[in-house]
Amino acid sequence: MLLSGADIIVKTLIEQGADTVFGYPGGQILNVYDSLYKYRDEITHVLTAHEQGAAHAADGYARATGKVGVVISTSGPGATNLVTGIATAYLDSVPMVAICGNVPSMQIGTDSFQEIDITGITLPITKHNYFISHVSDLADTIREAFRLAKSGRPGPILVDVPKDVQIAKYEYEPKAPVEKAESYPAKDVRIEEAAEIINSAKCPFVYFGGGIITANAEEEVLALAEKIDAPVGCSLMGLSAVPTDHPRFLGMQGMHGHYASSMSMHNADVIISLGVRFNDRVTGNRTKFAVGAKIVHIDVDGSELNKTVNSVCGLRGDVKLTLQKLIPLLKESKKDEWMAKVDAFRKEEESYLDNRDGLTPRRAILTVNAHLGENTAVCTDVGQHQMWSAQSLNFKTPRRFLSSGGLGTMGFGLGAAIGAAFGTGERSVLITGDGSFGMNLNELATAVSYNVPVVVLIMNNSVLGMVRQWQTLFYDKHYSNTVLNRKTDFTAFAKAFGAEGESVSTPEELDSALKRAFGTDGPYIIDCRIDKDEFVLPMLPPGGCMEDIITKLEVN
Amino acid sequence: MRRYTVAVLVNNQFGVLNRVTSMFRRRQFNISALTVSETETKELSRITVVFDGEEVAKQQLINQLYKLPDVCSIKEFSEDNSVSCELLLIKMKNEPLYRDEIKGAADAFGALTVDYSKDYIMYRLTDTTRRIDDFINLMRDYTILEICRTGSVSLERGSTTIRQTINL
Repeated sequence: MLLSGADIIVKTLIEQGADTVFGYPGGQILNVYDSLYKYRDEITHVLTAHEQGAAHAADGYARATGKVGVVISTSGPGATNLVTGIATAYLDSVPMVAICGNVPSMQIGTDSFQEIDITGITLPITKHNYFISHVSDLADTIREAFRLAKSGRPGPILVDVPKDVQIAKYEYEPKAPVEKAESYPAKDVRIEEAAEIINSAKCPFVYFGGGIITANAEEEVLALAEKIDAPVGCSLMGLSAVPTDHPRFLGMQGMHGHYASSMSMHNADVIISLGVRFNDRVTGNRTKFAVGAKIVHIDVDGSELNKTVNSVCGLRGDVKLTLQKLIPLLKESKKDEWMAKVDAFRKEEESYLDNRDGLTPRRAILTVNAHLGENTAVCTDVGQHQMWSAQSLNFKTPRRFLSSGGLGTMGFGLGAAIGAAFGTGERSVLITGDGSFGMNLNELATAVSYNVPVVVLIMNNSVLGMVRQWQTLFYDKHYSNTVLNRKTDFTAFAKAFGAEGESVSTPEELDSALKRAFGTDGPYIIDCRIDKDEFVLPMLPPGGCMEDIITKLEVN
Repeated sequence: MRRYTVAVLVNNQFGVLNRVTSMFRRRQFNISALTVSETETKELSRITVVFDGEEVAKQQLINQLYKLPDVCSIKEFSEDNSVSCELLLIKMKNEPLYRDEIKGAADAFGALTVDYSKDYIMYRLTDTTRRIDDFINLMRDYTILEICRTGSVSLERGSTTIRQTINL
């Protein structure tokens, strides 16, 4: 059938399974919004307060569902407002398609009103991007964008469409949703090599990341650990892939990771790294990182192998398919001595746990745990609250911890929580700080407009806690620009936006506030007052190694 | 540090060179020379990258290139398995005192005189990058007015082609 470019865009989105999209209209995308109106029975468009919120919502939707998230914006400022959201998705390998309008082709390159070179701007933060010159390319390019977004290591794709292309007419034939590009296991010779190294291990450690969730390889990871009798740890991005209470699971690694997890990795003789990159937040000082260990590294993205740490054996391939070939080659064994050592680390970790009375960060998170359903997605922003959440939240199913790991985007959470609620059809939770929440709190308007059930827990300490922590430890307590002490009344703010909210300062108050929040249809804000000098511990100082780990601190 | 030559076959599309060089800049790869040209197929362009660095960095460069959807295949060349050459245009001041010396050097290197006037002489030399460096160094004893060189292009020896390389 003969359709306008704008109709083709919307029909192709529908055809590719995008039933819910996020965005914000404007001059150069008006035609697409007219088509969204036309096809409103087949596709839901969620209007956010700001394009950045829309990008984070599409991201949260994608993380929670595994589907491709879609965000739509106009040209110029609409497009540049997406940039942080696209970069966030890029660093965390989230499948996303961003569609931007642009000025008519004739005006491109003339600095016309709201014209910006968004394909140029997003070159280093997209997996790929397209500028559409001909309406004839439109449908297939969007299909290609979906395929690329979800294939291999996923990532965001941007499609820039000038207004005349949206107006021009072309034949449209519906097609089936595109499949991911076929994935392959690593080469047999590499798998055999890896098996040999793993079979010779006396103290193996399984370390996984977000790639496990992307590849749906959760079962294989546990089967591997079971067979070779190894403890399991993960990166921030890997959280929720394995149930938190799994007996082999030691928790997150890295700068603020679990003591037992970090110590076990440090003492391992073979580290089996699965769908994970060795980010500086994980390794600390790279020259002192796991010096005695051989690293077996499986990743679908070959450029991650030997990028930051040298692996003895690097396997490029789909991690699930590779593990399925690798596990049968492994000898089943018991490693009592090693596991006893791991248990000792665990006991030691328990002795470091913060069991103080009152509304401590850990107690707040544990209180949240009691209210979480099997399927509740928990989002965070970035900072101390993010680390406390990562350390103490209890996960049962994959794709239920949504956090900006790579880019560390403050202001990510509220948009993501809205996207996650749309994606799962269930209530989502946002744990945030007063600093992060302040960055994009405008999206509360979106949550109210659509009556999105989001429980927002603001860990309010009136300071930028994580930066303050660094200032305390490394900058002689010069609290330069980290003391907020704002007069914001979050309860009144919630009411002003049409939501409900309350302030709590004891664990009991928090518990009953959470009961009310989880019983409310729309968004609910809990302003949770905590002390400004709470620390995230343990802490591996930047550039430090395991010997430098800080487990306890006497403040003042 | 070593010098590596990598040939990259890319889709002949608007903006592809930008994608490649943007990645080099972002990851701070030290590129000594880069040439782009059309190929035997109009859909494809060929980029020849000359890169100075360590083996690990070179491997990373290749891995990162593979991730660009517009990259079709990549082949690393060594001196043994390939032929490389570069084109130089050099404009020398025509000074009667040194005219014979300049001409003698040009003859020794096989540089062609492509333009001549009483004020200047322009030479063209096609040779390996190293020989071109040597020739320029020799000319520095006289007055060089202007230099333009293309950067190295390379082809593999034998009948196999880069298009037969499988992109993993």
